[in-house]
Amino acid sequence: MGGLGLREVWRFAWRGITANRMRSSLTVLGVLIGVSSVIVLTAVGTGSAVSVQQSIQKLGTNSITVSALGGGRFSRSANSNAKQLTILDATALNDPVKAPDVKSAAPVLQAQGVTCTYGNLSSSPQSVIGTWPSYFEAANSPVSVGTYWTADDVVAGRPVVVIGTTVASDLFGTDSPLNQVIRCHGQSVTVVGVMKTKGTTGFQDADSIVIAPITFIQRSMSGYGSISSIQVEAKSATTTTAAMDEVTSIMDAQHKIKAGGTADYRVLNQASILASSNQSGHTLTVLLGIVAAISLLVGGIGITNIMLVSVTERTREIGIRKAIGAPKFAILSQFLIEAMLLSLLGGLSGVLLGVGISHFTILGVKPVVSLSSVLLAFIVSALIGLIFGGWPANRAASLRPIEALRYE
Amino acid sequence: MTTQTQTQKSLVVKVEGVTKVYGAGETAVHALRGVSLEIEQGEFVAIMGASGSGKSTLMNILGCLDIPTQGDYWIRNLNVAELDEEQLSVVRSQLIGFVFQSFNLIPRTTAANNVELPLAYQGVSLHKRRERAREALAAVGLADRGGHEPHELSGGQQQRVAIARALVTKPAMLLADEPTGALDTQSTKEILELLHEINRGGSTVIVITHEEEVARAARRMIRLRDGHVVEDVKWVA
Repeated sequence: MGGLGLREVWRFAWRGITANRMRSSLTVLGVLIGVSSVIVLTAVGTGSAVSVQQSIQKLGTNSITVSALGGGRFSRSANSNAKQLTILDATALNDPVKAPDVKSAAPVLQAQGVTCTYGNLSSSPQSVIGTWPSYFEAANSPVSVGTYWTADDVVAGRPVVVIGTTVASDLFGTDSPLNQVIRCHGQSVTVVGVMKTKGTTGFQDADSIVIAPITFIQRSMSGYGSISSIQVEAKSATTTTAAMDEVTSIMDAQHKIKAGGTADYRVLNQASILASSNQSGHTLTVLLGIVAAISLLVGGIGITNIMLVSVTERTREIGIRKAIGAPKFAILSQFLIEAMLLSLLGGLSGVLLGVGISHFTILGVKPVVSLSSVLLAFIVSALIGLIFGGWPANRAASLRPIEALRYE
Repeated sequence: MTTQTQTQKSLVVKVEGVTKVYGAGETAVHALRGVSLEIEQGEFVAIMGASGSGKSTLMNILGCLDIPTQGDYWIRNLNVAELDEEQLSVVRSQLIGFVFQSFNLIPRTTAANNVELPLAYQGVSLHKRRERAREALAAVGLADRGGHEPHELSGGQQQRVAIARALVTKPAMLLADEPTGALDTQSTKEILELLHEINRGGSTVIVITHEEEVARAARRMIRLRDGHVVEDVKWVA
């Protein structure tokens, strides 16, 4: 006897599926929902993680902020040993030998309660900052109109400023502020550039800002004392951690903090925020994935159920087939292929539907479909057919012909 | 056909001391209590008996659907007890053609496809299968019904499709279990005539029945009672 052609078994299986279209399509629907929800839910999870990462990255992953712990600039510290930050600290951090991963470090001096006017219009910037030109890059604050002021301006203490878009629209509306002279804290200053819009986070309006050379702010507004913070930029996002370590050791030396002693300053970085948000984004994706996996499992149980019903319903048919010479292998593969076809049909249409749905924005999240989730869902659906269909198929094939034939 | 030429023919079936017990202990049912018989190539045998005589059990054993508790059964030269499940399916496929009381066609499958099925399990190519199924259907007088599904055919026609399916593999014997049990008088006559015709063509036909009329169509009658052979007569038709 020659082997039964595989094509024959496929035809038998296909006939088995098409013989009961309603039941077959409901089974396919079960797998379809499972597979598409795996794809969509993981895509939503990934998408929301990506969007959080992107908004954090806008703040700059390379940027590190060093700030003093001893309260405000003018407050008397409880710890008399606590030193304020100085321009010397910032200078020390610009050390290519001791801090090879630091690209730049700029002192930041905040002037308080400053109001700027132009004609009869006025604006009260949330922050007026005196710093060095490297600040712009370190704080991820590019200029969209005009230019930056330069290191020369710092040396000369020239009254030049770059302003944020909120200040620009307060004072100039839609007119160009470039090269206009405004008055801040009673001083005439020239606007050389306008920063790119950064957006608002909570009560903080990142665009309500005026940035000037630190020498000018010291001379005209806050005096020559300690500074508010130091803005440090690491060479790349990957070396941020190394840069933070270098900053810490230089600052320890500057402030004479012994090993194991309590620092009087704090080093903060966006990457640490990014890491924790990555963590929560990952948790979300896993959680959604589990929910989806459960629905895929339910789809698999649906296949088992349908195949068991199908086997029971066709017990007599199996008996007939065996009586006229069907080998066990033929019955086994017929029912296995039936189950596989059902689950693969569900898997394929689930992938199409899932990828299709993922093109829309869901709950304000732009889903990001990962190839691995598509492959996983598809492979799992095929395996479901094999495993969940295998048991009923084996039961069918192991039926003794005499018992199968007697079955009513 | 003379007795002389029959003895020279080969044995198709040889059963020796076969018993079949269902269950065990107090509740054990002895369906067969030691049956021995020989059937030669080309015979037309009716196995008769009342309900519970063991005739269906014997039929299942002859058809390799069931195995004897004790005793030996040879089909052609094969000792069935020595065959595994895979080999048994080959025996069923190539040596035995089944006809059942309730036709047992596969539902939602055309007559032609039903007849083709045993050949498909033998691995015969699609083209050859179609041709042989057409021939088999023509032989039972249903050449024009190949495209019909079982529910579109009368009982007599369904049984003829079943006979075509049993014959399409050119088996060593045709085993018919109450083939006319579910048919009216006219269809019964036609089916018996068909079985006769098949036998005249040289095929061994074994019919299990409880109807005298059916048994009369055969040329040998084996009567079972309580699991024993109580009568075994041959006559010339």
